[in-house]
Amino acid sequence: MASVVLEQRPAGNPPGAASRRGRRALRVATPYLLLAPAAFLYVLFIAYPIFRQFDISFYNWHIFPGVHNPFVGWSNYSHIFKDPAIRTAAWNTLLFLVITVPIQMGIGLFSAAILTDRLPGRGFWRALIFIPVITSWVVVAYIFAYIFADQGGVANSVVSLFAGHSVHIDWLAQTWTGNAVIWLISIWKGVGWSFIMFLAALDGVPRDLVEAGRVDGARELRVWRHVVIPNIRPTIVFVLVILVIGASQVFTQVFILTSGGPYGSTETLFTYAYQQAFTFLSFSYAAAIASVMAVVVVGLSVLQIRVLRSGDRS
Amino acid sequence: MSVAFKDELLSPSTRPPRRRRVRDSQPGLFGIRTWKKTRLVTACIFGAISVFPLLYMISLSFQPTGDILTSHPVLVPTRPTVINYVQAWSENSFGRYFLNSMEVALGTVLITVVVSSLAAFAFARYSFRFKEIIFYAFLAALAVPSVELIIPQYLLVLKLHLTDSLFGLILIYASENLPFSIFLLRGFFEAVPKELEESFRLDGARTLRVLTRLIAPLSIPALAVVAMFTFNFAWEEFVIALTLINSPTHRTLPIALNFFIGEHTTQWGPLFAASVIATIPSLVVFLISQRSFQRGVSLGGIR
Repeated sequence: MASVVLEQRPAGNPPGAASRRGRRALRVATPYLLLAPAAFLYVLFIAYPIFRQFDISFYNWHIFPGVHNPFVGWSNYSHIFKDPAIRTAAWNTLLFLVITVPIQMGIGLFSAAILTDRLPGRGFWRALIFIPVITSWVVVAYIFAYIFADQGGVANSVVSLFAGHSVHIDWLAQTWTGNAVIWLISIWKGVGWSFIMFLAALDGVPRDLVEAGRVDGARELRVWRHVVIPNIRPTIVFVLVILVIGASQVFTQVFILTSGGPYGSTETLFTYAYQQAFTFLSFSYAAAIASVMAVVVVGLSVLQIRVLRSGDRS
Repeated sequence: MSVAFKDELLSPSTRPPRRRRVRDSQPGLFGIRTWKKTRLVTACIFGAISVFPLLYMISLSFQPTGDILTSHPVLVPTRPTVINYVQAWSENSFGRYFLNSMEVALGTVLITVVVSSLAAFAFARYSFRFKEIIFYAFLAALAVPSVELIIPQYLLVLKLHLTDSLFGLILIYASENLPFSIFLLRGFFEAVPKELEESFRLDGARTLRVLTRLIAPLSIPALAVVAMFTFNFAWEEFVIALTLINSPTHRTLPIALNFFIGEHTTQWGPLFAASVIATIPSLVVFLISQRSFQRGVSLGGIR
């Protein structure tokens, strides 16, 4: 888009006042022209839908054209607090977040620490740990569905081996085991991302600082606590914020593995909202749930950044 | 970091300096050499856990269906066969879905790379009104990814008559990838020394030439990271495609795989064969971009 405008300027123009003014106008306009395509996509597919989400949530909204959509105020929101299914979904989402995020970060940082220095086959190990991240969710979900199948799954064989008799646990059809498989798969697939972020951060830690700490006689763990960790703090905050955002809208793995079952007991907030919208066509109620989630998630992010950054200065 | 970067620019004849080698001769984060064995063993364990499910999937894809669901699962195929691959490819217009996904992924990469480069260039090299506010508006979108906006996006796409269209998918995927891409590229573009751009401009280069001939070539690591993340996002995206695509001919691979289960009551063999095929492009893209990868993340990254 910008190129068209730029090329229109006649190249060999004598430096007249008009062309000079034109050139100045162009210089002022350039950044805006460069931004225009991104801004267009952003406004149309991100900003407008955010606004529309809140908008719909105040109506009793029907998908069918020509049907009257009555304004209902906050009633979709007040319904959230009366809906017992929401409580289960919110609890599952919270549990998912509290369990998967710290473990992912812990393993990610630990493996990054192991692979930051020279080691035989370092590049190979790094690639292996990152591979789950680039494997598609659908594929991963099916592998785990198979491993945890009640008939002939590897998980049952392993448990049978330890139990001494043959065991048939229907992992995905029970609340706790179903949730546990969902956590496991999410941690397994998520670790590589934290790993690569921490690896990049550790790379930037000034080695002479580390060495200085060591010369002073500090133990390895103390060096980590007082030199390395403070140095990669911005990355820790970034990874935490992004993982919390991601965990709060856990969807695909639940959708494929358990579909929220049995009886909604592994449902998360977004599988529940999705079901409300696209199975029961309660778009407005789903929009209300999503809007509350958006506010909570943004609030959480700001809070984390505030708290962790302010600790930085002290 | 920027110092090293400048050195690199000033000596264009030499290959990018071997930063890794230099770094290795410096003291490591674990100064003690004796930890090497422990680290190696741990790396082996982590690596094995990371690939075991995938290797198992590959193994299953070569087993005849009779061997797959038994009470004694086999880790290595005893009677290897390619029948699953033949079945997966021939029975389900699988080639069609593969091409659909490829079209969507490549289209998304193209649009994302071009559009976010232009925007990042503006943020990195120009000062204009509300610059930081606009930048943070883009960044804020990181907090509202995929699933969150699916309902209004669905309604929007209905209104634009883009349901059931791969182009509609491409536009949404590209939009969702913009914030992170712009964020990453801006940091990278800012690291290119200003003096270089000035001398380039003195030679009469115009804005877009500065971007395409100077800044983009110097930012290949970051562009590779953006391309890889975007490709994978589009290649594996599930919810949006599931919601927006109705007709079987427009299905992308993840959706097709999902229907596999329904259409053939758990035919695990062909399903895993299809899954292996679906994983190959992601792996190839990762391996191609891998060398640029770490530098891209660390340089563009989070300061």
